[in-house]
Amino acid sequence: MKNIGLVAYLDIKESLRAKWFYVYAFVFGGLMGLFFISGITDSVVMGFTGLSRLLLVFIQVTIIILPIFILITTVKSISSDRESNVLEYMLSFPVSLKEYYWGKLIGRFATVFFPVIVALFVGVAWGLFKGGEMPWAMIFLYSALIFSICTVFLGIAFFISTIVKSHDIALGLSFTVWIILLAFIDVALIGLMMQNRISDDVILTIAMLNPLEAFRIGAIALFDPELTVIGPVAYYLLDSLGHTFLMLYAIFYPVVLGAFFAVFGYRAFKKRDLL
Amino acid sequence: MKIVEAKGVTKRFMGAKVLDDVTLDIKIGEQIAMMGPNGAGKTTLVRAILGFYHLDGGRIRVDGYNPVKERVKVLEKISFIPQLPPPVKLSVSELLTFVQRSTGARKERIISQAEAMELDIEKHVEKPFFKLSGGMKQKLLIAIALARRSRLLVFDEPTANLDPKAREQFYGLLESLDYEHASIFITHRLEEVEGLVNRKIYMDLGKVVEDERI
Repeated sequence: MKNIGLVAYLDIKESLRAKWFYVYAFVFGGLMGLFFISGITDSVVMGFTGLSRLLLVFIQVTIIILPIFILITTVKSISSDRESNVLEYMLSFPVSLKEYYWGKLIGRFATVFFPVIVALFVGVAWGLFKGGEMPWAMIFLYSALIFSICTVFLGIAFFISTIVKSHDIALGLSFTVWIILLAFIDVALIGLMMQNRISDDVILTIAMLNPLEAFRIGAIALFDPELTVIGPVAYYLLDSLGHTFLMLYAIFYPVVLGAFFAVFGYRAFKKRDLL
Repeated sequence: MKIVEAKGVTKRFMGAKVLDDVTLDIKIGEQIAMMGPNGAGKTTLVRAILGFYHLDGGRIRVDGYNPVKERVKVLEKISFIPQLPPPVKLSVSELLTFVQRSTGARKERIISQAEAMELDIEKHVEKPFFKLSGGMKQKLLIAIALARRSRLLVFDEPTANLDPKAREQFYGLLESLDYEHASIFITHRLEEVEGLVNRKIYMDLGKVVEDERI
């Protein structure tokens, strides 16, 4: 495994020069900047004020855009290297598939995780500068949630990237995954509930299986322990499963799911033709 | 001594046989011109030797190792130059680091091989590899391949991007290799490598149709 660090390091270096990374970092950094300028920290909406409101808005936007950013930038990782024959050349050197795959994944994780976490910390620093208190619980929870959401979508993206040989199909598939997961957060689930065609248990199971819903519940539960603003499905889950379980689930379920997809991606990478 | 043993190698893509029961041995000291029309299976055979494909039938061994299951041991023995330089986004310096750390080939040796083809790598170390000119990329890939001093050199149309002078320099470098090795040149122009090779293999429709030692 001597080359895993080398592959990860080179992937980070390559990403730091890529245009997508600048757009990615600019979007998350720019979001925070926009929040400062628009005075979110000074406003009061539904009882949320100051730093907590800033972070709540940040995390809500993150729910929507972070997954698609991770998916579309990462599915290129192996599929476009395969299409452009970069994979053929790089894998003609004595590097094991394990080192290459996991090295790429670690490198890509660093490049998608750190811009978001840095934006979060900049927001916290700004909030402290404006006179707020250090929200330790929030920082810890949000760091963990961002870690877990990065893990799950990175795992899914690597899985897609290895099973699909065409870069265009990989992009289309990742977009479809994002749309489906987004559709099945609370809003679509309420629609299903209202139609009364599907049993509540099925709807709650769909909600629990959706890593975006888990992320959303975990992120908002800290501000709103009664989940009055998040919708009936989340409220029901909180009521039946309890606050602590739900928070732990929101952190660990996406990590486990992401690891599962990453391992399946690796198995596909190993078992199928590389080119 | 055999470096490659291929026995009954069969590979299908979407049901079509691309390699059809290919049996072939390559010994150290053999310099092979591998020819055939497009789609004959030359590149597929080379890729199978490099461990990129799971075979539908038969077996390949490189120095006794299975290219799929023991790919690191196999690839330690092979240097490969693709037909077209791939658009690697690493800088030249990063690519050299990757080569040095994964193969043990020293950067200084790569630089001196490149200099023999009048390529001054040190001027371009910070540039992304894909931004070099076609000829410079090809020279760098050749320099990397030769600096590794591998026992099997695989060249897929290696001179496609080189001007006549650079081609001569490349052939000169090959002639000056002072260690035991075998080479495979995939080519459509036998006259270019005729002076270098001592065996000609002609493939068509996934089969070896002619195998002549000179």
